[in-house]
Amino acid sequence: MTTTVLSATTVTVDGPQHALLKVEGLSVRFRLGDATVHAVTDLHLTLHPGELLAVVGESGCGKSVLAHALLGLLPGNAVVTGRAHLRPPTGDPVDLVGCGERHLARAVRGRAVGLVPQSPATALTPVRTGRRLLEETLRAHGHTRRDAPVVADRIAADVGLDPNDLDRYPHELSGGMAQRLATALALAPDPPLLLADEPTTGLDRPLVDHTLDLLRRRCDGGAAVLLITHDLAAARRVADTVAVMYASRIVEHRPTAALFDAPAHPYTAGLLDALPDRAFRPVAGHPPMLTDLPAGCAFAPRCDRATDTCHTPPALGRDGAGRVACHHPTSTGARA
Amino acid sequence: MTAPTTQTMGGTGSSAVPSAGLAAHQVSLSFGRQSVLDRVDLHLAPGETVGLRGPSGSGKSTLARVLGLLHTPDAGHVTFDGRPVVGARHRLPAAIRTRVAILFQSPRAATDPRLSLADIVAEPLRATGTGKDEARAQAAELAELVGLTPDLLTRRPHAVSDGQLQRACLARALVHRPAYLLCDEATAMLDASTQAHLAGVITDYQRQHHAAVLLITHDPALMTRWATRVVDLPPPAGS
Repeated sequence: MTTTVLSATTVTVDGPQHALLKVEGLSVRFRLGDATVHAVTDLHLTLHPGELLAVVGESGCGKSVLAHALLGLLPGNAVVTGRAHLRPPTGDPVDLVGCGERHLARAVRGRAVGLVPQSPATALTPVRTGRRLLEETLRAHGHTRRDAPVVADRIAADVGLDPNDLDRYPHELSGGMAQRLATALALAPDPPLLLADEPTTGLDRPLVDHTLDLLRRRCDGGAAVLLITHDLAAARRVADTVAVMYASRIVEHRPTAALFDAPAHPYTAGLLDALPDRAFRPVAGHPPMLTDLPAGCAFAPRCDRATDTCHTPPALGRDGAGRVACHHPTSTGARA
Repeated sequence: MTAPTTQTMGGTGSSAVPSAGLAAHQVSLSFGRQSVLDRVDLHLAPGETVGLRGPSGSGKSTLARVLGLLHTPDAGHVTFDGRPVVGARHRLPAAIRTRVAILFQSPRAATDPRLSLADIVAEPLRATGTGKDEARAQAAELAELVGLTPDLLTRRPHAVSDGQLQRACLARALVHRPAYLLCDEATAMLDASTQAHLAGVITDYQRQHHAAVLLITHDPALMTRWATRVVDLPPPAGS
């Protein structure tokens, strides 16, 4: 496995070649009766080994759909277009959108791309103990009957779970313990790409930090992590770059420190202003319905910088070390 | 805003009974052999925002449920404006149980998926005998306050986001104009903007009605910003 370790200060959003994951023009639509839900629109992302990318945004902006689209886990009424090239260190490159269920099931899910699910309660098999689930996963990935229990204990300890608690059934675990077990299951096959979909929901702060640091360590060991979260503090703690999603599109993407210190998109600025340690002031208005998006910039109706130009959709263009989709970004002077 | 003062709650020692407010006095509660609360005191005075802090399993949610009149403690008691409360839930007269409302962490787990948001908000009024039209009208008024559009009110929980559903839960909690609102990690799963909005709605309500808020949160920034006083629950016994 290549172990390119990128620190937050050197990462830019295009970076070098040999990306682990390259998403090009990914769009997801859901058909609902007469309506069409625009869940993800024309999304471009590149993720390198050792990189932790956080996708943030309010609930319903399409960020979880992104993770599920990459794993082919969307319901039958979803229409996915675009490409998502995965180039694992071992095995052949694959387009996650076009390769088909058979290939996803045999070579991708769990093996090349691990998923830390949002809701462990529904992700764990209720009739098996944590140990059986974990050892089954390990044995499917080449560990022997003798060595699996030892590795299981080690992985459990890694995620902060007492190995004795592995002998419990999922219903006997607290929410936090179940989340750690689900994390352990995702980490066990050592996938080069991890998708973490709100992995810290329901955990208390020390456990949140523990889980985030665990993901960070995976990156430092050469894996790439796509962290999907609504928690800006979580993104700030561990991400190299942060992509802000609004109404199905990425509106801003840049290195973490730059995004928090000098946001360019008015929505990013508004979201940061809402933090309790900043202005604690909500973004005015409401997000648009994903079934009925405005023709131009989707944020324009809530934006105090909007002009007539905003009736045409802004492209996600380069801006300093990042990308921003806005006709009137805030001053770029602070961002070189 | 001034920094909140902090106090640590001991397992022992009682205080004089203050008159106005919602209070737990030497409350103990066990689930089976597991002791969750051990002689806990907490006093919530009108108008204040008390932050309740403690590690996982220290009984924060259980204490909120006791104060929310959903659980009867094994020992100790709850007083409401100085008068002891006997029993919990529907054994209590509506005049008392509607004075306290709880906002839970997960709005999905706290709403009936078969009801529209309008009916979810109006449910507590219907449960205490308010007529259908009157309940609907009051619910609509509150829905506007929390930022739910009429279009959203016609939908059922599966068709709205967590943030929108939690707004409906807040409207439902405020529909009886309670004097005490207990927020149990109520904004933990919401984005920063929705959190700030709901906090603003609650703070405005507090100011207008001189209501008290119990704030349970793991987020130190939110605690510092919002709570006027912070109380620490000790870790569970035996750990």
